[in-house]
Amino acid sequence: MAAATATVSAPKQKKTREPLFSKRRLKQNWQLYILILPAFLSFLIFSYIPMYGILIAFKDYVPTLGIWGSPWVGFKYFKQFFDSYYFWDLIRNTIGIQVYGLIVGFPLPIILALALNEMKDGFWKKFAQTVTYAPNFISIVVMGGMLIAFLDPSTGIINHALGFFGVKPIAFMSDPKWFKTVYVLSGVWQGTGWGSVIYLAALAGVDPSLHEAAIVDGASRVQRIWHINLPAIVPTMVILLIMNVGSLFSMGYEKILLLQNPLNMSSSNVIATFVYSQGLINGQYSYAAAVGLFNAAINAVLLISVNAIARRVSENSLW
Amino acid sequence: MTNTNHLIKDTKADRVFKVFLYIFIFLAVAIVVYPLVYIISASISSPQSVNSGAMWFFPKDITWEGYGVILKYKDIWRGYGMTIFYTVTGTLVSLILTIPCAYAISRPDFSGKKWFTSFMLVTMFLNGGLIPTYLLIRNMGMIDTVWAIILPGAASVYNIVVTRSFFQSSVPWEMQEAAKIDGASDFQIFFKIVLPLSAPIIAVMALFYGVGIWNSYFSALVYLQNKALYPLQMVLRQILVLQDMQQGAATGANVTASAAQAAYDKATLAAIIKYGVMIVSSLPVIIVYPFLQRFFVKGVLIGSLKG
Repeated sequence: MAAATATVSAPKQKKTREPLFSKRRLKQNWQLYILILPAFLSFLIFSYIPMYGILIAFKDYVPTLGIWGSPWVGFKYFKQFFDSYYFWDLIRNTIGIQVYGLIVGFPLPIILALALNEMKDGFWKKFAQTVTYAPNFISIVVMGGMLIAFLDPSTGIINHALGFFGVKPIAFMSDPKWFKTVYVLSGVWQGTGWGSVIYLAALAGVDPSLHEAAIVDGASRVQRIWHINLPAIVPTMVILLIMNVGSLFSMGYEKILLLQNPLNMSSSNVIATFVYSQGLINGQYSYAAAVGLFNAAINAVLLISVNAIARRVSENSLW
Repeated sequence: MTNTNHLIKDTKADRVFKVFLYIFIFLAVAIVVYPLVYIISASISSPQSVNSGAMWFFPKDITWEGYGVILKYKDIWRGYGMTIFYTVTGTLVSLILTIPCAYAISRPDFSGKKWFTSFMLVTMFLNGGLIPTYLLIRNMGMIDTVWAIILPGAASVYNIVVTRSFFQSSVPWEMQEAAKIDGASDFQIFFKIVLPLSAPIIAVMALFYGVGIWNSYFSALVYLQNKALYPLQMVLRQILVLQDMQQGAATGANVTASAAQAAYDKATLAAIIKYGVMIVSSLPVIIVYPFLQRFFVKGVLIGSLKG
């Protein structure tokens, strides 16, 4: 054993801090470098060059002068954003929608996975899985179209159903009060099934002998779910929770953009859609880039702190 | 975990539990299925019976008028053609970026493995964001070209990491090492040994990228003004989402009679075709999905092994 480790560590000692791109290394692996070249160029161009473009957040970007040639303005645009009357509205909407989505949307895939896991293997289990996963593959444009059609105050099926129970038509899409609920619940409809896949995988790894022992000891199914299955998926839950909380400020705004209209704006305008409309509709590139950078900064701080908390509280963390 | 132990009978509590379990699953399935059935039924029912609420489950006053209009709706079919083009080329480009790169960083003896992995992972947390990316695409002259749709998001860090996990766990390194000792070059190992064993991951990645491109509208919204290049989802957006707002604007504001009439005509047209359009646009995904579901699930599972 000792001899084996000695022979392994011998060449290691020889390795006197070779530079990253030494001739020997390139010669040895040049074909592998060719294999990563396309992806390397793709990330360099489409991810790293835009990082340099963030500079315009601190400049008055004039297209003809270019990014470097445009005059510096320091934190002018950040100040403008913090002082604007809509600043707190945007923050409130962004956090509101995400926290609402997290509270409603996080537990449901877990419950569904625990339930599916209790079903006997066979046709009906497969069927239930296939059906509940399906909405994940519907495009958000179709999803938006469905919501607009179903929730229409005069022609939508939801309002017809409410009318059946004597409830007056509700203008879901134009009433700011309803926007967040519509957004979150439609997301739940679309994402719960698919979200359960990862928990089901964790549940498949539970040792059957634990259940057998529990049955012999007279544990009921509910007790077994609570004491055996649930603890088995806690690590997955923690990881997903970190990622969700960490991405509170990097929400997918493509769906919001579709459901947004002038009437529900007071509730549907979030930082990301604001960046889109300021930058690409109004052409205020520097201002929009500054707001986007602010958003990204909060996001990074959030992710790092949530991860630190998770590491302290439990053994599970992203890094 | 199913109860396979027949020596010990279900207790009463367990039987009650079973009843609740199946009620819960039934409800979950019903909530997902109902809107989908409704769309199918509504697409072949007369708009009157749909809008009045008379049609709520089975088709009523069956008419194929909606599909007839869709068949003649040029924008939809041009969009369809463009989407097929974007999906096929985009998926190919994505695979060319993803598979070789993931293989290289799966090799334990690759000296560039570490720095390139961090080089990639950094972009998950740090990136230019919408505006700088848009300006880059504009400065490169890619606005209103198909490249703006195909290239910018072609390589996904997440998918590369998933593919790397597959290579690490499913293609034995010993086999590649043996080939190396026999004098095979890295290219030969990759193309002759690893690729033939990688059909499952290539299928999974093609599906992930393909469905993603098929369903996306945002890059077209940002980078395309030329309607001839619009993918299907952008055409759908005009029919399903914008129509609604135009209608609202037309009735709300004081507009001329002809403009109001035009808006009204558009609205009735939208009412006839909207459900059919949802079906037609999702058809390819609906058809392949039941057969390929296990591949999608496999993709998630490989990803969760080494997140």
